[in-house]
Amino acid sequence: MHALWRWLADKWVLLVGLLILLYLFVPIAVIFLLSFNQPGSRNTTYVLDLQTFDFTWNNWTDMCGAAGICDALLRSIYIGFGATLISTILGTLISFALVRYRFFGRSGTNTLIFLPMATPEIVMGTSLLTLFIGWQVPLGFLTILIAHVMFCISFVVVTVKARLAGLDPRLQEAAMDLYATPWQAFRLVILPLVLPGIVAASLLAFSLSFDDFIITNFVTGTSGYETFPMFIWGSNLRGIPPQVNAIASAMFLISFAFVIAGQLRNRRRSARRAATS
Amino acid sequence: MAALLPTASAGGAVSAEVPVEPPAGMRRRRWIPYALLAPGMLWLAVFFVYPVVQLFMASLWNPAGSIETGYVFDWSWSNYADAWEMFHVQFLRSLWYALITTVICLALGYPLAYAIAIKGGRWKNLMLVGVIAPFFTSYLVRTYSWKAILSDSGPVVDFLKWAHLLGPDGRLLATEFAVIAGLVYNFLPFMVLPLYASLDKLDVRLLEAARDLYHGPVRSFLRVTLPLSLPGVVAGTLLTFIPSAGDYVNANLLGGPNTQMIGSVIQSRFLVVNDYPIASALSVMLMVTILVLVTVYVSTAGTDEVV
Repeated sequence: MHALWRWLADKWVLLVGLLILLYLFVPIAVIFLLSFNQPGSRNTTYVLDLQTFDFTWNNWTDMCGAAGICDALLRSIYIGFGATLISTILGTLISFALVRYRFFGRSGTNTLIFLPMATPEIVMGTSLLTLFIGWQVPLGFLTILIAHVMFCISFVVVTVKARLAGLDPRLQEAAMDLYATPWQAFRLVILPLVLPGIVAASLLAFSLSFDDFIITNFVTGTSGYETFPMFIWGSNLRGIPPQVNAIASAMFLISFAFVIAGQLRNRRRSARRAATS
Repeated sequence: MAALLPTASAGGAVSAEVPVEPPAGMRRRRWIPYALLAPGMLWLAVFFVYPVVQLFMASLWNPAGSIETGYVFDWSWSNYADAWEMFHVQFLRSLWYALITTVICLALGYPLAYAIAIKGGRWKNLMLVGVIAPFFTSYLVRTYSWKAILSDSGPVVDFLKWAHLLGPDGRLLATEFAVIAGLVYNFLPFMVLPLYASLDKLDVRLLEAARDLYHGPVRSFLRVTLPLSLPGVVAGTLLTFIPSAGDYVNANLLGGPNTQMIGSVIQSRFLVVNDYPIASALSVMLMVTILVLVTVYVSTAGTDEVV
């Protein structure tokens, strides 16, 4: 009994933590469950009632079965790739300037990077819509891309900056002492070391863009360029097709597999490093 | 995961900024940093700063105009008074919901972040994957999933009725409870990640030292752990409060007419009613209120530099 108490005293925080972690998975489990349900009518896709649960594989075997669903998914992927590419490049350049140089206007730049993160998305959505209407820019692919790049930049800067600030500045000096030109020092020493930060930033940018609804809702207009979140929102009235749950579950599985694979690779690599040193 | 770990510390958004002395060869070329900044900052200037200024101008348009006839800018400050008159209930409600959400997220997020950072051991990275796992599915689908969980025939309502905590006609959907539950769920990871980042940096030897000096666990938590994790608390509360105050997804999907938040009002004024002056005034009010609250909060909490 005494041993049990001692064990509890040491581990209770961990147990509470695991319970909260479990809570984070509850809705995901429900999405999986519902992906195997054939709802009675389109309005009951999101009713969890085990008495009327009707098991089916159809949502998984016929993912694109609902009109427009896979087109919307593809659009989200296009926008995601575009926004990731542009925002990662622009944000990485900014973070290099901020960490490796001291210049007039540096703190102002920091504030400008911080502001979009401190602004509620709805304000960015409304202000961009006002701008596009004022300039008479037709809403659609281009306006969505512009908006996504805009809100991704700050997150890229913060992520890359964190990695860059942890680098020992003497590394570059050492490289240059060994007669590397600044460009060689950058390409052969600095860039490889910062790369994990850039990769993390691009993953973050992609997931922010892929999942954005609030801002996208404002800058899509009536263009019909419907991203996946917009598709879900739009089908609210007609009823959400049950395939949405299968796609959401598949998205979860794919991302999870990616992250775990990356994990294992890192673990193996650090084990190898430990073995050789 | 290591690839995502910097994201976790980035979510922390708090780093003691140590300016790096630039290498001697670079100091001479002063234009380089500006060249690096130019494209990104230009993007932010044109598509963030300028639109916000535009939005402010739009909030002073004469409300008599319409989208077909166009609007006249005539310093109509009365838009703000009208907006407040019509929607102050939703406005204050949003701030209130965001506050409750933040407090609950802190109460749930702190033990979780602590468990991962201090007690996680070799499971640390796996537990962090668990924290970001909700992001692997879509935000809207997650919120719809809560709608299913809290639905009238769902398990939670059944249980509460069985326990007589809810009357026979009682429901959870369309109540404050449902909206706040959705907000808490959706923004909890934003609280946990910065908390984790600051707790992970904590030197465990400090806790051992506190114990050696006969501090009990409670006192060493209050006097060592908590103060050292304060930057994470500040970043986490901001990252939770700001998006929840402006959210309209949870209120629209889980709430009812009595739980409408200011985000829903702005959204419908803009996209359904096309009442731009009032909607712009509401947006500006929300932004200014949040900026003022954030500034006061950060300067009171006394962390050096957020970002």
